Parts: sequence; structure tokens; C-alpha cells
Amino acid sequence: MSENAKRDTPEQQEFRSYCRDWLASNVPPPPNFKPLRNGAEVATQEHLAYYSAWQKSAYDAGLVGCDYPVEYGGGGRTRCQSVANQEMLRAKTPILPGAIGLGMAAPTIFFHGSEALKQRLLPKLLSGEEVWCQGFSEPGAGSDLASVQTFAERKEDNKWVINGHKVWTSTAQFATWMILLARTDKSDKYNGLTYFVVPIKSELGKSVTVRPLIKITGETGFNEELFDDLEIDDSYRLDDVGKGWQVAMTTLAHERGAGPLTTPMSGGQGLPEVRESKDASEPNAFPLLKLAQGCVRNGNPAIDDPVIRDKVMNMLIRQIGIKQHRRLRGVSGLADRERLALQDKLLGTEYLQDAAALALEIEGSAGTLSHFDTSAPDRGRWPLAYLSSFGGTIAAGTSEIQRNILGERVLGLDKSK
Amino acid sequence: MTATTQTAQQPKDFGFDADALALKDVAEKFFQDNLPTQKLHALVAHDSNLEHGTASNWDTDLWQQIVDLGWLMVGVPERIGGMGMSAVTVATLVEQAGRAALPGPLVPTLNASYILHACGTDNADAALSLICEGKTFSYAACNQFGSWEHDASELVIEDDKLTGEVHFVQDAQKVDYFLVNAKLLNANRGGETTLVAVAANAEGLSIEPNAIIDLTRDQARLQFDQTPIDKEQIVSAPGKALKALHLATPALLVTISADMCGAAEWQLQTTAEYARTRKQFDRNLGFFQAVKHPLADFMVAIDLARSHLYNAACAIDHEPDTAEQFARMAKAAASDAASFGSAKSVQLHGGIGFTWECFVHIYLKRQLHSQTLFGDATYQRAKLAELILNQDGETA
Repeated sequence: MSENAKRDTPEQQEFRSYCRDWLASNVPPPPNFKPLRNGAEVATQEHLAYYSAWQKSAYDAGLVGCDYPVEYGGGGRTRCQSVANQEMLRAKTPILPGAIGLGMAAPTIFFHGSEALKQRLLPKLLSGEEVWCQGFSEPGAGSDLASVQTFAERKEDNKWVINGHKVWTSTAQFATWMILLARTDKSDKYNGLTYFVVPIKSELGKSVTVRPLIKITGETGFNEELFDDLEIDDSYRLDDVGKGWQVAMTTLAHERGAGPLTTPMSGGQGLPEVRESKDASEPNAFPLLKLAQGCVRNGNPAIDDPVIRDKVMNMLIRQIGIKQHRRLRGVSGLADRERLALQDKLLGTEYLQDAAALALEIEGSAGTLSHFDTSAPDRGRWPLAYLSSFGGTIAAGTSEIQRNILGERVLGLDKSK
Repeated sequence: MTATTQTAQQPKDFGFDADALALKDVAEKFFQDNLPTQKLHALVAHDSNLEHGTASNWDTDLWQQIVDLGWLMVGVPERIGGMGMSAVTVATLVEQAGRAALPGPLVPTLNASYILHACGTDNADAALSLICEGKTFSYAACNQFGSWEHDASELVIEDDKLTGEVHFVQDAQKVDYFLVNAKLLNANRGGETTLVAVAANAEGLSIEPNAIIDLTRDQARLQFDQTPIDKEQIVSAPGKALKALHLATPALLVTISADMCGAAEWQLQTTAEYARTRKQFDRNLGFFQAVKHPLADFMVAIDLARSHLYNAACAIDHEPDTAEQFARMAKAAASDAASFGSAKSVQLHGGIGFTWECFVHIYLKRQLHSQTLFGDATYQRAKLAELILNQDGETA
């Protein structure tokens, strides 16, 4: 953190010390449930109440949305969100629940929305008063996002009528608004898309149906939405008709942390195995090493099995490699930054999956026990972590799509389509 | 040793400063201009009969240019006349040499300079001065089983005479001196590991070349028969040779890892170029995900290995207590990346990749050789586990 502080502008320096002071006495006590690791995991009213209260409090204090202009409910500061993020991480605050709103909808509205939309939508988004969800994926449009079929038909009086089916939508059950990628021209795949903000809560039970989907972990949180002649005003459109794909790229760039705006993120972001915490950088505190020392295989500690030991070391090397990879990304002259940035999602999500799979291997029979079984080692976190890890390798561009992107953008190979 | 967080004392940018960038750029251009792959192929692959050996597969004029540029002494301290550059700087230089698959004792001499520096004696300083004058060294320590453990050498010094065999000595037919690991036998110090500098033309030394697969190196068994050793040749302080070797180990792992990362980048770029231009089924090969995805995986593996490499090099400069741990990670990561990528570089070239005329086999063979030097990936992980578990025992 001192490295960060050293490079501060005067404004950042002053803001950093303000953040530290405020955080010293305003981090809420932990919740009564298992703390969530990112905003997309918000699944119950209890989750929402706890984390929304935290977002509101951090927003009121000026730690959320600090770089947005004052007229849009922001703090009017310059490059201060990264300072707030660092300080919130340092103070181990709860996560911010508005992952879709803060991380994806807000920058998209900021760059592509009308003045009226920015003034209407951004303040309540930043404060957490209105929850957002993302309507991109469809049953027939996953990796091939541009093939979305949800259709917005233009009517008279500046109205659009929307019909279609969106899926795999986190937080839709709580959302007031949805960012929606819809087809407005069936004859042109990429230029036939238009981007809207859609009020869904007010239409629930009428032209909008939200149904929960259950994940392979047994958890809720995901939803599917059906649109049946939903009518919205043209003023809810972002950018021009036919420009939806370009607008969606702004959303996705910010989702990957590669957009021009630093989005608000706090404490719990990232998973403990990869998070840059003090513990994770001490090899002898490596969770899988501890696990392999505690589990028994063939009558001995699992770590004494040379094959298990080799695999644990390999995983430790990968974990530290990811950390150093992020460090290398910041060193101009040594690193091709785009090449490294495009690897980040693939590296992180596949590491988590492989680490969880190895944990199950180390646990052996005990790896069959879910987190509801009190005798499970490591409180049963690994089976759940393994199942959850597929969310990482599938969502936001599958690992296969990530490899396509690397081959095409970095190595200049022909597009696989 | 205690557990430490590696970023606490390391500069965020790995200490990669303007000097390092300048040297990297010069080296990159030097090898592009002076050792393009076509020339390398002519130099090392002119003869496909492996029986003829690889000792003459180098360009002594090019080597002299490298000596004149001062690259043998980049890691030698300035007080002895060297360039005293950081380990990160040295790593980026070696990366460029590896990318060109440079034949010549650059890495062996750099390694010797790190061991000599760690010895910290007047005799070691004198040997470092020889390096500054352009003389080359190779470290000779392996027993017949190829062990790189520091006390594995079967050479003995008795009554000031060096006797025995040492194996797997790198670029043995090219270097001027050997930095020899031997057991000193005498009344007071029986069997104590000692480091001595021995000229390649020393009395009683015969160099017996191995027939090796790698076309860009040579390797030999050295046979010493009553080779006389003067006091001036003993470069380690009494009882301190193992400590010096332990201190230099991270640098030995970093230089070879750097060479492998550079070579791997050549393999990636060369294979990607082929995938961009070779057509089958009316499409460039890179269109097919069975070709594209392994190349993406290779790229990720290289960049992870490079991340480890600079972290380990930076630890040598700024945080020596953690350097061995990180250097073992770097060698493991570089070896695995090389192993995966070498196989893909040949396989994805298809039929042409299986021929002597295609360039990829030169790098495949260099990488196979490099993977074994100072221990392969599995060995590094076993050593890493020992380091961490011992550390754990002490701090728990």
C-alpha cells in the first residue's frame, strides 16, 4: 500500500487519508451469514439488506462513485476511485453488492447515455438504492453473444416493444433496471443490435416475468426473464440504433477491468486463493499445503505422498505466478500489457478450478462432504468451490472464448467463426 | 530462514530501470542482426550426423563481439572492473540470447561469475578479473548420475593434486577455465567441498566430449589425473564453499530460466507465424481451435514463467532470503512451459516440423537440454517443498 501512496497526486493523497479515517470507524460488523465474495453472489433479501446498507454508507461518505461528476451523483474527483478501492480492500470491508450496476451499467450509461438518463439513473445506481441486472445472454446466445434474438420493434410515438428471453442473470430478482442488448434488425448480425436500459421491476407480473434458475451448487441467484410485449420509451435507448454491439463492448471492457473508468470495488473482491493478501503470499500459509498436511492418505499426512506434494507445489507456483503476472503487467519495457491483460481472466478462473479439484483429490473420501456436513474438512469449502468455479470459467466469455481472443488479438491468427 | 512477503522489500517494477531497458534493446537488435535463424541453422545444423559432435557449432567472431560488448561481465561487481548490473538486467540479456539460441558459453560464464562473487575471496576476485578480460568459465560439479546437489561431486584434491571424473560439464570444449567442485582431503579438513579454478589446458586434464542431442551446446566428461592445484587456484574460503554455492544457486536457476523463456518466445512466434500462413482445408491453420488454443496456452505459460523469472531475479537483488524459493519456482515454470511449447512447436508444424531442414528442432533440442540443467521441473518442486516445509517447521 505504501507503494500506491507514494505515487499519489495531492488530491489522491488527501483523499486517501480521508478514506482511512472514515474506514477506521465505519466498517460494519460481519454479517450473520457466510460473507459473499462478489456482488453477483447476492441471492437473498438478507444478503441484499446487509450489503446495500454498506453501499449506501460508503456512497454517502464519498467512497463510491467518487470519480463521477457531481451532477450525476458522483464525487467530482479525479482518479480517486482506485484510492478508495485500495483503502476499502485494506480495511477488509464487505463487498459492494452492485456489481452489475457499479461495474458495468454505470460506465456504459456514462459513456453512451443521454444527459437526462445520466442524471436520472446514476445517482440511485451509485447509492445502491436501485439494483441493476444485465440482459445479454439468451438460451441461443452464449459465447456467440451477437446472435441475440430478443427483439425490440420500433412503434409510433417513440416507443419500442420488446419480446424475448434472457438467461443466466444475476440479481434480476431484486433489480429495478436491466441493461438490455436487443435485436432491432434481423438482417445484420452485428449492426442490427441496439442497447437499452429497461425498467423491469415496475413491469413484473405484467409484461416481464422473472424466474429463478438454480445453479449446480443448489444456490439461487441466477434468473431467466421473459419479455412479452414490454413497451418502453425511446429515451431509454443508449447511443444510436444499430450501435448496440459497440456499446456492449464498453460494458464488457469494464467487466474485465479493462475499461477507461475504474469501477468501485471493495473489501471482499476476488477469492482468497488469488487475492493479494499477506497470507496468500506466504507459501507456508498456502491453503492447499495446510490441507495436505491435515489430511491423511495411506496412513500418512497427504503432503508426504510425493505425487500430492508435487501437485501442491505446482499449484502454489501457479498462484504466485498469477500474482507476479499482475505485477509484470505494470512494468513498461518488460511487458506487453495488452497481451498480459487478456490472459488475466483465463489464468484466474482456471487456477481456482484446478486448485479446488486438487483440494478434493487431497481430501479423498472427505471430499464427498458438502459444507452442510459438520465433519467436512476446511468447513466443506472445496466441493462448493469446485462447483462454483465453473461459473468463473463459463461466465463473461468462456475459457474457450478467452483462448480465441488470445490467439486472434495477440498472435494474429484467423478468427474462428 | 523465515517466511516473508516477497513484495515487502522488492521494488514493484522488479528493479527494471533505464539501464536494463537499454541493454535489453541493444541485445535484441544485436541478435536479430547478427544471428538470424537462417544463420543459426547454417551454423549448428550444417551436419546432421550426430556422431560428429557439436563442439565446432559456434561462431567465434560473433563470440568475440559479445565479449567486446562486455556481456560476460554484466554481473561482475564494478570494483573488480565488471558492469555490476542487477540480476533482472542480466536475466533480460540472457532472454535475448536464448531467443537466438546463441551457441557459446555465455550462461556458463555468467554462472561462474555469480559463484565466484559469492566466494568473496581474493582468489575469486582474480578469477572474476579473468572474466572481465574475456576469459570464459564453466562450472564442473555433476557426478556420474547427473546430480546437481552441491556436495555430489566425486572429484578429490589430495596432496595438492586433483583427481577423478566430473560429468555433464557445459560447453567444455569452448571455455578457457573450469570452476571445479571437489572434496579437499587432508588431515584437518577431510572431504570438505572446495571450489578451484582450473585452466582447460591444465596438466592431467582430459576433456572427453559427450555426443549430445542439443546442436547449440557441447558437453563433456572431464577426467583429472593428478592435476596440480596451487593455493591461488582455490577460490572458496575454507569451509565456505557450500555456503557460496547456496548463495549463488538462485542466479544459476535464473540464467537458465531466462534462456528458456527467450527460446520459448521464439518457438511461440515461429509457430504462430506458420499458423498464420500455412493453409489446409482452404484456411490458415490458426483458424482451427485445435491449433489456436495450444498456442494461447503456450503464450500464457511463457508469460507466467517470465513473471516468475523477474520476481526471482529481483529477489536476488533485493531479498536474498527468498531468492532460492522463487528461483526454483521460475525454473519449474520455465521447464514446464518449454516442455509443452517445444512439443507443440514441432507438432503444429506437421510434416515439415519432423524434418531437419525446419528450424524448430534446433529449439526443441536446446529446450530439452535446458530442462535438465540444475534439475528439471519435478526436481525443483521437490526442492521447493523441502524449503517451505522446513521453514514451516521453524516458524510453527
